[in-house]
Amino acid sequence: MKKRARRHRREEGHGRTDMIFRTLGKAELPKLFGVMAAGGKIVAPVEAGRDRENRPVYVFRETARFEEAALSYTTTKLPAKRYFLPYREDLATFRIEGDDWQKLVDYNVDRPRIFFGLHPCDINALNRLDKVLLNGVYPMPYYVAKRKNMFIVGIDCLPQPYCFCRSMGADTALHGFDMFLTDLGDDYFVEILSDTAYNFLRCVRTSEPGEDDHARYMKAVSRKNDKFIAHVDTTDLTKILDMEFQSEVWKQWGDRCLACGTCANVCPTCYCYGVEETVSVDLGSARKTKTLYSCNLLDFAEVAGGHNFRPERHVRLKYRYYHKHRGFVEAYEEPLCVGCGRCGESCLAGITVPEVIASVRGEGA
Amino acid sequence: METGVKFTDISLGRSKERRRDDPNTFEYTYKAEITNIHRLTPKESLYRIQILDPEERIRFTFSPGQFVMLELPGIGEAPFSISSPPSRHGDVELCIRSVGNLTNFLSKVGRGARVGIRGPFGTSFPTWEMHGQNVLLVAGGLGLAPLRTPIAYVQENRSRFGDADIVYGTKDPSQLLFTYQYDMWRADDINLRLIVEKGGPSWDGPVGMITTALDEILAAKPPSYFQKTFAIVCGPPVMFKFVCTMLNEREVPMQKMFVSLERRMHCGMGKCCRCNVGSTYTCLKGPVFDYWTVMNLKEAI
Ligand SMILES: Cc1cc2nc3c(=O)[nH]c(=O)nc-3n(C[C@H](O)[C@H](O)[C@H](O)COP(=O)(O)OP(=O)(O)OC[C@H]3O[C@@H](n4cnc5c(N)ncnc54)[C@H](O)[C@@H]3O)c2cc1C
Ligand code: SF4
Ligand code: SF4
Ligand code: FES
Repeated sequence: MKKRARRHRREEGHGRTDMIFRTLGKAELPKLFGVMAAGGKIVAPVEAGRDRENRPVYVFRETARFEEAALSYTTTKLPAKRYFLPYREDLATFRIEGDDWQKLVDYNVDRPRIFFGLHPCDINALNRLDKVLLNGVYPMPYYVAKRKNMFIVGIDCLPQPYCFCRSMGADTALHGFDMFLTDLGDDYFVEILSDTAYNFLRCVRTSEPGEDDHARYMKAVSRKNDKFIAHVDTTDLTKILDMEFQSEVWKQWGDRCLACGTCANVCPTCYCYGVEETVSVDLGSARKTKTLYSCNLLDFAEVAGGHNFRPERHVRLKYRYYHKHRGFVEAYEEPLCVGCGRCGESCLAGITVPEVIASVRGEGA
Repeated sequence: METGVKFTDISLGRSKERRRDDPNTFEYTYKAEITNIHRLTPKESLYRIQILDPEERIRFTFSPGQFVMLELPGIGEAPFSISSPPSRHGDVELCIRSVGNLTNFLSKVGRGARVGIRGPFGTSFPTWEMHGQNVLLVAGGLGLAPLRTPIAYVQENRSRFGDADIVYGTKDPSQLLFTYQYDMWRADDINLRLIVEKGGPSWDGPVGMITTALDEILAAKPPSYFQKTFAIVCGPPVMFKFVCTMLNEREVPMQKMFVSLERRMHCGMGKCCRCNVGSTYTCLKGPVFDYWTVMNLKEAI
């Protein structure tokens, strides 16, 4: 009985099972990639160009070539969000026939995708989104359908100066992936969570990790831990956000914010949206389209007749923090932020999460 | 040995009944027909909307205070409180004011138009908890639309309530809604007090703010009344703030006063976040809140 229950759990792919560990020689990785690429579409971090300071700019995109996958990438400008929460997608289309109509619903996914090289923060972003969009009341099929068809190979990383995933409890991924690779020098330490991953690994040479591999793994982990620079003090943060709701510091940040919505756009956990319907020119069909939105945009909370519940920038900016670091924590015991630092890196006004929260805590802006 | 990632098709797990935990329910729309339109004022009409499938119509159940998302394919979708009694199931009435894109379009369609309905969504007025107590219903303007459902409930279950009072105020007499029903309410022993902010030649009733009318009603009540009374207050935030403060001064507990909040909504299911007040979803935890909760919501009033 017990055995059956366990097998069932394992089949779910993203569920929690006991971990299986292997080591994989680095020379075997291209082969593994090849085996996967033969069976499906792979999305991987790829260097797309250089920025003004000649640093590489990374993006997630489809590739069938291992050499293109930049596995020691820092952070992509944009998260892999467009594969599970596209910026724009149709929720439904309508066929209009005279006075009558038919509604056609499609979840806009027709094949599984392999994500090769997601960092823990981005895996945790998915796990947090799952809580609202997959496991909550009214699961959202457009997300569920895509999420259920994501095969994820995670990979470890070295914290950048803007990374504060550790403060957000998102520096390690415990579940939500199929396989996770940690660099041990000549080998990867592999955590295996799904039978699909297990079967892929049977196509390449792996070995049972020994004591020395465990030691190398722990060294790699502590090397990562020593690298963190940015931190957020989350002690009592939900209460502090409540107490400081009227704080003047929000106004100061509001004065700087351009209300451009970039922060939500680059955020792997921002999912707010708007819906619009349009009719075709010949009036024969219509579509209902969902577009990701940002709560920093002026009309986010505006209602018919022109009343706006959040007319001021600082009120909208505050709301974004309030949702992520208070409301979500209250509901799910962790913030709707994984500390990837993308919003701060992209913000033209230089507004970063660690600075905003420190200032609300009275620790100087 | 099998390698490769298999495609998972979630639409295969579709449940036959419409269950909240089935993702395939998310975008399901009941197809319905506008069977009648009753112009109430130049800006507001009452739409009678019937779910077409007879079985779905019967299975559609809701509680007073809940809302539906009304969809006009190609035009848009918006939330409206159900304004008809629950006993009528999926043959609902919506009282709609023309204010924008969808609502203006709606004012031009005729009988027989096919629309979509999703829902019902949100919390409701706990009418069953009010049994054995007095009910005080206070409405400002369009706030009478959501109140019509609890009013009908009181009419249908009159023996289960003590005093039933309605205080209803609008800007001027031409904006009074459902005037044809006032006699029926009174006949069912519901005390109706009307007041308008600006009278006119045809108006011989009281003129003033809604709080004036409420004051008069409350002054006539014995002290014991306030311990045994539930209040439902629907209208603009400034109005319910004044009204609830007045009631609280007379020791009606905040947990026994209910209000309905209005926010922008694009889904009704806790996903788009447009309806958030502080970090509370109006579509899930509301639109009906007790006043204690509203007082404790950041950004509520
Ligand atoms: C719980 C609830 C119950 C309501 N009950 C009624 C009712 O019984 N009668 C009535 O006349 N009105 C009611 N409203 C208000 C009604 O939803 C808006 O008047 C309507 O959305 C306006 O849509 P529009 O397309 O005409 O306006 P536009 O300004 O063109 O709006 C475009 C879109 O914005 C959103 N939106 C704009 N205003 C609102 C708003 N006030 N509330 C929510 N979403 C909005 C909608 O998604 C709408 O489709 C209710 C609102 C809520 C939240
Ligand atoms: S915080 Fe920065 S990125 Fe976000 S809206 Fe304001 S200016 Fe734009
Ligand atoms: S809020 Fe900023 S740091 Fe947090 S997850 Fe979103 S983009 Fe990353
Ligand atoms: S209406 Fe979309 S979250 Fe409430």
